[in-house]
Amino acid sequence: MSKPKLALYWAASCGGCEIAVLDVEEKILDVAAFFDIVFWPCAMDFKYKDVQAMEDGSIDLCLFNGAIRTSENEAMARLLRRKSKVLVAFGSCATEGCIPGLANLTTKEEILDWVYHRSPSTVNENGVRPQPRFHVPEGELEIPEFYEEVRTLAQVVPVDYFIPGCPPQAPQIVNVLSAIMTGAPLPPPGSVIGAGEKTCCDECGRKREEKRIKRFYRPWEIVPDPNQCLLDQGIICLGPATRSGCGALCVKANMPCRGCYGPPPNVMDQGAKMISALASVIDSQDPEEVQRILDQIPDPAGTLYRFSVPASLLHRKRTQVTA
Amino acid sequence: MNQQQRFEPRIVGFLCNWCSYTGADLAGVSRMKSAPNLRTIRVMCSGRVDPTLVLRAFQLGADGVLVAGCHPGDCHYQEGNYKAMRRVLLLKRVLREFGIDERRLRLEWISASEGEKFARVANEFTEQVRALGPLQLEEAPAAVAEPQLEEVRA
Amino acid sequence: MISLTINGTRTEVREGTTILQAARFLEIPIPTLCYHPWLKPFGACRICTVQVQRPRGYELVTACNTPCEEGMVIQTDTDHVRQARRVVVELMMARWPNVPIVQKLAAEVGLEKPRFISEMRDEAPDACILCLRCVRICEEVVGACAIGYEDRGIKRKVVTPFHEESEACVACGACAHVCPTGHMKFEPEDYRGKPPEFLLGPNTAIHVMTPQAVPKVPRIDRESCIHFKTNGCQKCVEVCEAKAVNHEMTDQELEIEVGQILVATGYDLFDASVMAQYGYGRLDNIYTALDIERMLNATGPTGGQIRLKNGQPPRAVGIIHCVGSRDENYHRYCSRVCCMYALKFAHLIKERCPEAEVYNFYIDMRAFGKGYEEFYSRVLHEGVNVIRGKVAEVVQAGWSKQEEGTLLIRCEDTLIGKLREIPVDMVILCNAIEPRRDAERVARLFGLSRSPDGFFLERHPKLDPVATSSDGLFVAGCAQGPKDIPDTVAQASAAAARMLATIAKGVVEMDPVRAEINEEYCSGCRVCNALCPYEAIEYLEDKNVSRVNSALCKGCGTCVAACPAGAITGYGFSDLQLHAELEGLLAVR
Ligand SMILES: Cc1cc2nc3c(=O)[nH]c(=O)nc-3n(C[C@H](O)[C@H](O)[C@H](O)COP(=O)(O)OP(=O)(O)OC[C@H]3O[C@@H](n4cnc5c(N)ncnc54)[C@H](O)[C@@H]3O)c2cc1C
Ligand code: SF4
Ligand code: SF4
Ligand code: FES
Repeated sequence: MSKPKLALYWAASCGGCEIAVLDVEEKILDVAAFFDIVFWPCAMDFKYKDVQAMEDGSIDLCLFNGAIRTSENEAMARLLRRKSKVLVAFGSCATEGCIPGLANLTTKEEILDWVYHRSPSTVNENGVRPQPRFHVPEGELEIPEFYEEVRTLAQVVPVDYFIPGCPPQAPQIVNVLSAIMTGAPLPPPGSVIGAGEKTCCDECGRKREEKRIKRFYRPWEIVPDPNQCLLDQGIICLGPATRSGCGALCVKANMPCRGCYGPPPNVMDQGAKMISALASVIDSQDPEEVQRILDQIPDPAGTLYRFSVPASLLHRKRTQVTA
Repeated sequence: MNQQQRFEPRIVGFLCNWCSYTGADLAGVSRMKSAPNLRTIRVMCSGRVDPTLVLRAFQLGADGVLVAGCHPGDCHYQEGNYKAMRRVLLLKRVLREFGIDERRLRLEWISASEGEKFARVANEFTEQVRALGPLQLEEAPAAVAEPQLEEVRA
Repeated sequence: MISLTINGTRTEVREGTTILQAARFLEIPIPTLCYHPWLKPFGACRICTVQVQRPRGYELVTACNTPCEEGMVIQTDTDHVRQARRVVVELMMARWPNVPIVQKLAAEVGLEKPRFISEMRDEAPDACILCLRCVRICEEVVGACAIGYEDRGIKRKVVTPFHEESEACVACGACAHVCPTGHMKFEPEDYRGKPPEFLLGPNTAIHVMTPQAVPKVPRIDRESCIHFKTNGCQKCVEVCEAKAVNHEMTDQELEIEVGQILVATGYDLFDASVMAQYGYGRLDNIYTALDIERMLNATGPTGGQIRLKNGQPPRAVGIIHCVGSRDENYHRYCSRVCCMYALKFAHLIKERCPEAEVYNFYIDMRAFGKGYEEFYSRVLHEGVNVIRGKVAEVVQAGWSKQEEGTLLIRCEDTLIGKLREIPVDMVILCNAIEPRRDAERVARLFGLSRSPDGFFLERHPKLDPVATSSDGLFVAGCAQGPKDIPDTVAQASAAAARMLATIAKGVVEMDPVRAEINEEYCSGCRVCNALCPYEAIEYLEDKNVSRVNSALCKGCGTCVAACPAGAITGYGFSDLQLHAELEGLLAVR
């Protein structure tokens, strides 16, 4: 009997998810032994046309990391969807947009303008901007189109499973792959796998009190008590609105949770929930004082939606300006 | 702009059961005229209004959202309205970052006896949102019809 | 015990008993003058002289301050005794011939005319007879020592130190109270000629508030009570047989746990002086309805008689309805009770001053209740004038002697379409019933809502007029809106019945609108804990989850909105329901 076929792909992302796969250490050998790896550009030499040549549905499992930023990302997403029986959004970029998704708080025009013209390190005397197609004496050159916005994988193609995390933690990857390899029954499509059902607080060993916040601190403004809930100390920790599964790594390193495991099961919009929770526990009834306290959060959208802008209810900055 | 073209904004109002909803009721039984653009949802207290609901309303096509509760100190549940106030203040900052004019979200204190105030707020807010124009959030991303695989060069 | 004989009767008394006390116990009369039961015996007037048998003859002693001795034999009515008393009285008559109490004693001892005339003779009937009760009570009982006496013998005189107004005087009036001749007078400025309730403060240190007070028991007024000024007195404690007087009592703040509350805090009256055109507080003989209620009261200042300021009955009375009610400038609502009590006033004034003309000025006559219209026609038949029209102003009538004290009511009689000026000498303003001035505070305290007119809001005007929007909280009476006594009683009874029904049932039905935390999703972040206004959310340390006590939760939904884990379901207003509502609401363009 032939081995099940495995594909791994890397779209708009930092590459950390690929490293995370390697973080499973010697287990990778079991994976290599169990699967027939048919596509993994980061680790082995494959061409797109190899994939195009495969029969539709011939890949048994595809772990797709990265968001959809360019036309190339999108085309690959569609291609791999067609070729794969099970398509998994792997990591925060593919599931909810992640750091690349923060680009949705600005526009394509603003980005290109900054990168090719206004950034202090740019020297571009002729004001050149990349074009999708460009004629040179040798023929026509083509680069993928840079889209107006960043999308999650599921916003482009149907996705079977989601493995959250920036990046997904090695033990969780091992869990998922071992389950598949041992033939354990898979959860219903659309499920989040490789994560918990509770929130980061569940894995955090700090002592929590009733919350009443008079002042917010940024992590460098305070030496936090290592045993006390960071939020109780005024440090914005997204743990309460973040799915468990990472093992509360950041908080164990005395840094607040930034929310990379995405919203917990019943939450539609992680940032909105965090807005609600933070504002609720501010200890003041005077609008002016409340405003002063809130102003201690420098960039609420970037802080509370750090990993989830594309997947959020508003998903991107509104660009039209009406009368 | 002629009558047919006049933009009719869609506004969602979250009204607390004890004050603002009763105030709206009073406006009704007092035969006061208020803009039909305001579509109301009753909640027990303004403190029930989760920012998620506000964003969802915008996402579903509302051009403005009103959150109305009892006057400070009058909340039937003592302090729910202060929580609403704090959430709205933070939410407005986030809306700004998302390019949404913060005037599209309005917090008002309307007591059970202020039918007239309810009608005034409904009318004023409708006019304000009308002046701001349609929100026209970009549609949530949807998959492109046909994948163009040939264009992808290895 | 000591045994002795008085007028042949043997008796036993306790040691320290005086002869006077022993005699009074046997009901043997001995006249006294300087003696007073509250004071230490003084033996100054010697009118209480009695005869004590001694081994060699007898001795005359004063009964008031001589203690009984073992085996004493006492006579109170011998010739010697009578002779001695007569001389005492005779000397008094020589000096104070017109003082009633001295004259009375003279009659008792059979003295017609004194043989001598004192060079200090004082003919005043209220002359000071130097019994010094006043000085003694001020020192012994009151403890103020504000008065004393100077000089000796016939020149002795009761005075204040340096003959000046004494700063030590606490104005208690005890000296005047014990003075047997009325020489000592107690007339503080405020008290002269005014009925008690028109005084700023109560007039005696211990009194019943009003004849209708509930409970009808006396209370001590700290401001006037001597004990609180000098630490002395406490005579009331001595005389109260029930031992009910306790000066140690203070106001107490009690916390009483209850399950239901009926708010029946009533109303205030519109300040009639705000409508300056009606002259209240500016012109004489203009009264508010409440002043008149008091005047008509049999226990009131005039004993139920209608009187002008000068004590005369009025010749013409104008009763003005709707003062501050049904008025765009003040209260738009109708105060409901005024028309009927105004007719009641008209009826009573006609009854008590049949000579007087009575005019009622009304906008509409609202005789809405059972038997009310009948009462209205009865009053009409009694000859009361009713004029439909709002009074423009009340002015002083003029300056001629004849017109002195009369008032002029200017109004439009809308039934005959004429402006009229009606002279009266008394005006009664039926001022509006309005929410109590502390209604705002009370509303906050109980979490009540108020209707636009400021009265407390009932849950539903037709279907639930006694409950409020808070469970277990009811309203009745004028606190909920102007109404008369029958309506108040009906509403209050209904509220009481509702409360009793709950008590009888023994269980409380709660709205199913409640919050519940799903422990599978709660990670014990403790965001919700401090948010609940009812402290319904407890944190379970061992399970690291929070839990809602559904008996305490009122379902506000604050925690539901705040829970960052989406672990709390708000039944009745769940996320699912609200989002579905939103979808429906925005589905149509
Ligand atoms: C001039 C006049 C004449 C009237 N004549 C008639 C008549 O002839 N027949 C008739 O049917 N009706 C008459 N009425 C109406 C009648 O007075 C009211 O219907 C009735 O008094 C209403 O009763 P209530 O218990 O609601 O309020 P109230 O009688 O005002 O009683 C309220 C009580 O609550 C107490 N209270 C207030 N606040 C507090 C608090 N915070 N804590 C504790 N206690 C508090 C007050 O001291 C008061 O004792 C007349 C009214 C007026 C003004
Ligand atoms: S806010 Fe939510 S997650 Fe946090 S303790 Fe309360 S119920 Fe649990
Ligand atoms: S719904 Fe309101 S009352 Fe109930 S537990 Fe939550 S905060 Fe408390
Ligand atoms: S009940 Fe109205 S705001 Fe809370």
